[in-house]
Amino acid sequence: MRIGVVRFPGSCDETDALDACLKVADAELLWHGSTDLGGVDAIVVPGGFSYGDYLRPGAIARFSPVMEAVAHFAAEGGPVLGICNGFQVLCEAGLLPGALLTNNGLRFLCRQTDIVVERPTTPWTAACDAGERLSIPVKHTTGRWYSDPETLKELEANEQIVFRYAPGQNPNGSVGDVAGVCSAAGNVVGLMPHPEHAVDVLTGSADGLKLFSSILSKGAVGV
Amino acid sequence: MSDSHVADHVPGVERAVDLGLTRSEYDRIVELIGREPNEVELAMFSLLWSEHCAYKHSKKVLRRLPTEGERLLLGVGENAGAVEVAGLAVAFKVESHNHPSAVEPFQGAATGVGGILRDVIALGARPVAMLDSLRFGDPSSARSRWLLDRAVAGIGHYGNSIGVPTVGGEIHFDQSYESNCLVNAMCVGIAQPDALMRCAATGVGNRVILFGALTGRDGIGGASVLASAELGDDDADKRPTVQIGDPFAEKKVLETCLELIGSDLLVALQDLGAAGLTSSSAEMAAQGKVGLDLDVGLVPLREADMEPFEIMVSESQERMLAVVEPSKVAAVLEVCEKWEVLAADIGCVTEGDSLRILRDGVEVGNVPVTTLVDDCPLYDLDPQEPPAGLYPPPPADLPEQGDSAETLLALLAGPNLASRTPVFEQYDSIVQARTVRRPDQADAAVLALPVGADGVRPAIAVSIDGNGRRVAANPRVGALESVLECAANLACTGAEALGLTNCLNFGNPEKPHIAGQLVAAVEGIAQGCEALGIPVVGGNVSLYNEGPTGPILPTPVIGMVGEMPDASVTSRSGFAAEGQAVALVGTFEPSLVASELAARRGHAPEGELPAENVEAALAAHAAVREAVRSGAVVTAHDVSEGGLATALAECCALGAVGCKVEIGSISDTALFGEAPGRCFVVAGDVAEIEAIPGAQLIGVTGGNDLVIADRDGDRVVVAVADIRSARDGGLKRYLP
Repeated sequence: MRIGVVRFPGSCDETDALDACLKVADAELLWHGSTDLGGVDAIVVPGGFSYGDYLRPGAIARFSPVMEAVAHFAAEGGPVLGICNGFQVLCEAGLLPGALLTNNGLRFLCRQTDIVVERPTTPWTAACDAGERLSIPVKHTTGRWYSDPETLKELEANEQIVFRYAPGQNPNGSVGDVAGVCSAAGNVVGLMPHPEHAVDVLTGSADGLKLFSSILSKGAVGV
Repeated sequence: MSDSHVADHVPGVERAVDLGLTRSEYDRIVELIGREPNEVELAMFSLLWSEHCAYKHSKKVLRRLPTEGERLLLGVGENAGAVEVAGLAVAFKVESHNHPSAVEPFQGAATGVGGILRDVIALGARPVAMLDSLRFGDPSSARSRWLLDRAVAGIGHYGNSIGVPTVGGEIHFDQSYESNCLVNAMCVGIAQPDALMRCAATGVGNRVILFGALTGRDGIGGASVLASAELGDDDADKRPTVQIGDPFAEKKVLETCLELIGSDLLVALQDLGAAGLTSSSAEMAAQGKVGLDLDVGLVPLREADMEPFEIMVSESQERMLAVVEPSKVAAVLEVCEKWEVLAADIGCVTEGDSLRILRDGVEVGNVPVTTLVDDCPLYDLDPQEPPAGLYPPPPADLPEQGDSAETLLALLAGPNLASRTPVFEQYDSIVQARTVRRPDQADAAVLALPVGADGVRPAIAVSIDGNGRRVAANPRVGALESVLECAANLACTGAEALGLTNCLNFGNPEKPHIAGQLVAAVEGIAQGCEALGIPVVGGNVSLYNEGPTGPILPTPVIGMVGEMPDASVTSRSGFAAEGQAVALVGTFEPSLVASELAARRGHAPEGELPAENVEAALAAHAAVREAVRSGAVVTAHDVSEGGLATALAECCALGAVGCKVEIGSISDTALFGEAPGRCFVVAGDVAEIEAIPGAQLIGVTGGNDLVIADRDGDRVVVAVADIRSARDGGLKRYLP
């Protein structure tokens, strides 16, 4: 199992995501300017400020050569995880539903938060139980996931809501307390909280490791 | 204007005075170079001979500070200092960006962060942590609230975007900072010791490569001019001299620098800070005892029609200057291109002592490097005791006699003692995955280092501290206390200090009473360093911090880095559980002089501070440090502002558990008196706590209240829930 972690200019959490992946599998960085994914089995689009978040978070990154390859990879069922800025990039690229808006508080917010796993049947949540609570930090300015009410209903019906913030802990005002969603096929998952910053109790929590170890579960790759 | 015209035109002494030089300094320049300087040369002299670059009023005073230490790898004179920890170089430095922040707080604070980051990057170190020390006027003023909000936003904008965690800091409010806020930023970085980069240009014939952002007219005379004069009513006019920060550009520069150094492609590296190309090139040449030829016609410009002097003094951000062997230039340019960073070969290292400025091959300026860098006159200060009444009493908002429980809640709800969470949450404190203790979790931030050969992860602890009120009351003792308090913060986490960086924020040193504050405070810092056996590894001086109403409180800010053997064995500030023994470690004779309570009661920061007993304080530090390292102590918190009652209340609030303690007296002095850096509240298993040398058991954790009783049975009782709501709202209400 080899996981590729995309590196854009302005990525900040890519080496942390790489280290998290390395705890469960082989992993390598993928350069934004190349369409060659090097035959990896899964892809993480990490957090940070790709291209300085100029224009709008993720708006420029989604046009980078590597994202062309990621879109192909996703279309063929390959597992893709977008974290924070990576989630924003995947939404901009149309690989995930909804959009990320400025936090209700209008400010950057860094806070340890509990999220609840709603769908344990994605390649990135297969090691979790439905309803399981995970302590994972958020840190973002533009993390308020939004969709119109009809779309939200549809997504809920399709079981595309993967994570919600625990009751009373929504840090940004997202619709339906949504913290993370997946594609219709379930292989592309995005979330605002940072599981790569919750892989060691020494630095606060190891709950996030479950997302990375999920990828080793039977059937996670090649869904 | 033709180039020969540029070179020949002599602006004269009046122009020199406009640029901040004195007439005698101008005469000295004429004497040294044997003629009157032309436009380019005068611009360069005016910046390098400014207070900010030449330290002309502080250099002699700073010689008092110890600069040698066993673990020192790089000291004063380099871009930042560095000490050795677990086989790694830990680089760190604090720097001010006060005046730009007073004029435009968002960009001022953001570029303050960007500037200190570049100092650490220039060493070849990856920045791993930021800390900030902020001072504003009373938050009842709309201007102070605006400065607070925008400075915090600026710090977050830069640090968060570049992926360096902001792990700590402090904020104080006092009316003396009303028109002259302080924004001091400290950066900590990690490098392999043998990869540390020097700034000395060497090797005649080597090329000089400028890379990073475009050079524009922004910030012309910015930091160096703003930082070298008092602020006045026309500050708004100075807004164009504040630089604009672009963290994305710096992030690319950061990765470029580290790749260039990792691939061994550079001879020397220097960041462009205050005075831009002028100071960076002159410093590199001076350190290497060589000359430089620079062609400003080759500098990539944002605005095409810039004059040579403008290019030389521009303070555009996110630029670096490197010296490169000719055979490696192509490889350097290739790395820059990979990271989409603009680079240009703008000159070469020459034999001799000339900094020659050319435009398209034609000389437009030529001055001796040593004259620029070393020959600025250094002034003797005329230090005198500050007069009584220098700082007017703050408005009183608490009565002289009050109910102790109400006083405690009022102190905790005040902007100086309230929870900093609403600010810390605006900073990414966890990126890079090594933050073991985040802000509010412990008295110092704890950052894990890579696993050692023994399978254990060592760590560093970092802290920043200052207390202008106490320095105002007694500059020497107050500054010494700041050093002790910073070391006490480290001791709480089990760390031992290895080095210190300082930022000396004072008023106009040409005034004898300010000079008196400065000289005495430096003496106090020196005494603290000597007692701890640590060097000052670098720092910064910010003078002329005066507004229309007078000088700021004298504010030496101390940043410290310490080491600890095992990242997994440390403490928290909050109580961990019910039923734990609570003890005091350290002798403690607090007083209300210059305390937070005294300020709230409308007393000026004057009077006799408690006598310092450095030996006893350091014994307490050692006892706490060892007890934390052994695992005996799980909670450790130093008693500082707001006194013992405040420290206990903070332990309760952060741990969400009460405690019941008995102390000798519950007078105001015993509860709220201060004597920072000397005494700790610790908690843990009773048998282990009793074994700590000098520990005095005072009670036990548990319940929903903080109960402080004296031996006669009089008690102060405050619900932990009330403590938390007082603390939580105290600063938040001043933020939008």
